[in-house]
Amino acid sequence: MSAFLDIAIDDKRHSERTVLRGLRLGVGQGEIVSLVGASGCGKSTLLSIVAGLDSGYRGALRLDGQALAGPSADVGLVFQAPRLFPWLTVAQNIVFGAGAGKGDLARAAALLDEVGLKGYGDALPKQLSGGQAQRVAIARGLYLEPRVLLLDEPFSAVDAFTRMRLQDLLAAAARQRGLTVLLVTHDIDEALYLSDRVILMDSAPGPVRAEFSVDAPWPRERSRLAASPLKPAILDSLHAAHAF
Amino acid sequence: MDRTGIALEAPRQSAPVRRRRLAGFPLGLLLPALALLGAELGVRAGLVPANLLPPPSSVLEALSWLADNGLGAHIGASALRVAAGFAVGAALALALGALVALNRTAERLFDPSCQALRAIPSLAWVPLLLLWFGIDETPKVILIAIGAFFPVYMGVVAGIRGVDRTLVEVGLLYRLSPFALARRVLLPAALPSVLTGLRNGLSLAWMFMVAAELIAASRGLGYLLTDGRETGRADIMLAAIVLLALLGKLSDSAMGMLERRSLAWRDSLAEKDKR
Repeated sequence: MSAFLDIAIDDKRHSERTVLRGLRLGVGQGEIVSLVGASGCGKSTLLSIVAGLDSGYRGALRLDGQALAGPSADVGLVFQAPRLFPWLTVAQNIVFGAGAGKGDLARAAALLDEVGLKGYGDALPKQLSGGQAQRVAIARGLYLEPRVLLLDEPFSAVDAFTRMRLQDLLAAAARQRGLTVLLVTHDIDEALYLSDRVILMDSAPGPVRAEFSVDAPWPRERSRLAASPLKPAILDSLHAAHAF
Repeated sequence: MDRTGIALEAPRQSAPVRRRRLAGFPLGLLLPALALLGAELGVRAGLVPANLLPPPSSVLEALSWLADNGLGAHIGASALRVAAGFAVGAALALALGALVALNRTAERLFDPSCQALRAIPSLAWVPLLLLWFGIDETPKVILIAIGAFFPVYMGVVAGIRGVDRTLVEVGLLYRLSPFALARRVLLPAALPSVLTGLRNGLSLAWMFMVAAELIAASRGLGYLLTDGRETGRADIMLAAIVLLALLGKLSDSAMGMLERRSLAWRDSLAEKDKR
């Protein structure tokens, strides 16, 4: 039986360099999967391909049995940087994907409430802190109610405390909506805390090197996960895969 | 210790209060005021001949005389020419600049010619325009349009090409059509550079207007300059120059205000200084 999100990349090159080759990955509906691996192993490229922003590859993508080619309303993406449009207000940024003048500002306000930014709808991006801007980016990613949410190191640029709050926010939003999530991260603790499964990618052209299931129940305890034997196992595999 | 003495001292102003007061002082008027004073004193003391450099008081008198003798018509004629030439030049530059910036074929087709034409000095166009269009209003408006065109064109091309690629990716992620991408992402993102181009284009429009009116005109500030030269009236020439400076500054300030209002969203050093 095929997975909800079925990824098969035969070959992806940047200029002359092969970035991905022979990658097969299936993600179940409502599953949260983290991709870890050293920089340059093709994690972000994989997300760009699934988001439909990169079409220069050989392979096939299927979502719920349907071919996925190009950007789709079913797939949302939250980038590493918030990438908010500075000339639009926070609410206008959130509804941007709905089309010019078609956004539901009341729903944007509800999403802002959900991400802890109630009353910020009329603010401009320049008035936000980095963590607040990333929360707006998450709200924008959720606005069109995608079935799959892709996250490319979304919390890497914020401080440790804000990162934990954003992780909790994301976990709650994803579980509540039954979202299928593919998360790229360098933070093993983050991967363990958020994911049902952690995928370790090999160095480029990186196929999947190892998979780790995280069977901890929700709500999760960070200290318990950090002390679990999974963390050293993932770190050992990471060192082995990306030894200089 | 004399506590009463301390209590009676006037409270010292804090540094921010002093800075705010200094900021309110029109510092930009200081140099012109000193130059005017120097000219007035220099001429009165006989250091400079009055027929070559009339004192500011004579220039004021000339302005007053002109005001009663058709100055409004001269200013109106020049301003109308600038407005028409700037509108034509800027509109063409906005359209062609956007096309060149967004379309590789259009860039290869038009940009080399535009760059070559940009290098031609304004006065080099005059004989040809006179030959083609006579001495009517048309060659003047065309010359001003040429002057306004290139700064706006450069601003549009540089602005659109310099748009943050990551913002374009967000537009593509949301499946914007090429037209919607241009309207909702590229043009707003390019606006700072476009407005700078418009502002520079307007300044050049005033300069090209003088060039146009120096050649063949019976009205306008450029005509006043020619008339002053031919009649040996340096006071009228200086009066026309003062008016050109004032009108140029006025239109630039209006454009600057539009720029500030349109770009209030920017998180730039200039915006921060205003807060």
